[in-house]
Amino acid sequence: MNQSSILDFRSATSFVPILVLYSNDMEMISKRLQEKIASAPGFFRNSPVLFDLSELNENDMEIDVAALISRLRQLSLFPVGIRGGDPLQEKQALALAVPVDSGRSRSNPVLPEVQKKDDAVPEFQAVIRDAVHAPAMMITQPVRSGQRVYAASDLVILAQVSAGAEIMAEGNIHIYNTLRGRALAGVQGDIEARLFCLDLQAELVSIAGIYKTIEDLKEISRKKPVQVYLRDQALIIQELS
Amino acid sequence: MARIIVVTSGKGGVGKTTTSAAIAMGLAKRGHKTAVIDFDVGLRNLDLIMGCERRVVYDFVNVINGEANLNQALIRDKNCNQLYILPASQTRDKDALNLEGVGRVLEELSKDFKYIVCDSPAGIEKGAYLAMYYADDAFVVTNPEVSSVRDSDRMLGILASKSRRAELNMEPIKEYLLLSRYDSDRVESGEMLSLEDVQEILSLHLLGVIPESKSVLNASNSGIPVILDEKSDAGQAYADVVARYLGEKKPLRFIDSKKGFFRKLFGGK
Ligand SMILES: Nc1ncnc2c1ncn2[C@@H]1O[C@H](COP(=O)(O)OP(=O)(O)OP(=O)(O)O)[C@@H](O)[C@H]1O
Ligand SMILES: [Mg+2]
Repeated sequence: MNQSSILDFRSATSFVPILVLYSNDMEMISKRLQEKIASAPGFFRNSPVLFDLSELNENDMEIDVAALISRLRQLSLFPVGIRGGDPLQEKQALALAVPVDSGRSRSNPVLPEVQKKDDAVPEFQAVIRDAVHAPAMMITQPVRSGQRVYAASDLVILAQVSAGAEIMAEGNIHIYNTLRGRALAGVQGDIEARLFCLDLQAELVSIAGIYKTIEDLKEISRKKPVQVYLRDQALIIQELS
Repeated sequence: MARIIVVTSGKGGVGKTTTSAAIAMGLAKRGHKTAVIDFDVGLRNLDLIMGCERRVVYDFVNVINGEANLNQALIRDKNCNQLYILPASQTRDKDALNLEGVGRVLEELSKDFKYIVCDSPAGIEKGAYLAMYYADDAFVVTNPEVSSVRDSDRMLGILASKSRRAELNMEPIKEYLLLSRYDSDRVESGEMLSLEDVQEILSLHLLGVIPESKSVLNASNSGIPVILDEKSDAGQAYADVVARYLGEKKPLRFIDSKKGFFRKLFGGK
């Protein structure tokens, strides 16, 4: 309770989804984004987003930053930062009120040397990308109705996830408690992602965009640990014994 | 330093004001100097339940705006000299409160009081936000029905993410469940959720169950917090809540169905 305070800067961890672009085809980007948004409108509508151009620049793929920003805004996203851009791209972004986020630009030495080799084969790069995956996000408090969590990694939750809550992870989701809300694993398309929980009473579960709703989940027995994964494009829910 | 308690719920009409009046009186009766603040600006309800509506001269908004000082606005309770009421304004709209002003008033009260009870308005908007922002403890008042439980869950999410303690990365607000208007017969018949159902969904520390009781209406009609009606079930349940909050062990009461009891007694179904 500061008597005369007008404002404060506080350090905080906030979770902004990062949009990593692998293509510079604006129409394809648009289409894919629309699909993503449709898969979780509650999450993406009016959501802030950081976009990451490092993959494009790595591969000398040019992109019109101004067009990208206006496209994102049209899709009801709020670009709040650019990563991995070159100085010109950063300048273009700034001109449109999108600041530079230097959190993990290409110049930061996070990637193993191997990837810088010119002759690195694509499959090899994919493996590298997994290896530098961020550590799992850990949540120890209940995720309550109306709260949303996005992990650009695996997500581990030690408490319950309430009905009306939404959790999303680019990797696996582990819930060591009851899941009553919506849980979406592999939200960037990782079909290998899995979801684990001790008691499945979810409103919705999804792996890489393939989902089941509460209606489809009625038959699942309560209070049993289960895993959810994809096999041949089908969502399998299996009791863990 | 005072302990700031917010009585909150999300959903309206679940018993927040009844609870605020009862626990503030309960704490004061035990000798703790207590203030109870009505955050429901525009409606003004607490002063009626405390029976001090005729003595309201200045209110919370006047104090925030510097039109009166705290001593002018605080009303000493007629039944207990350790209890003071800071009433809400009936004539202002809810935008009259602001975070900084509320903080100032709470800070000033903290110097002098042991407990400050904040009676939150319904909803999850500004009024409820201001009432909970500075809290150390939250009494989440819930009725045994799905919509009330859902709103409480929502409010718990707000307590955990938007309060001062959350913003400053301090130890989180201590959250307590107060299950109110519990009608064990209607629970028995399946019309209402049971204590176990609610506990399973919210998984919160239970402070007590307040039965649905005529005594609450009688008490509010006569302007005396129900906790002073020591013969009533609701009054006793609130006394237990205060005792548990202060760390005493009390077995749960008023949760068994009367019908269920007779059914068991006569072996019928
Ligand atoms: N245990 C109870 N038994 C019977 N009636 C009760 C009980 N608790 C509260 N009530 C009644 O319910 C109504 C609402 O109570 P109260 O005003 O305390 O709720 P509130 O949560 O403060 O409402 P609001 O959201 O409008 O501020 C009142 O008429 C009150 O008398
Ligand atoms: Mg009220």
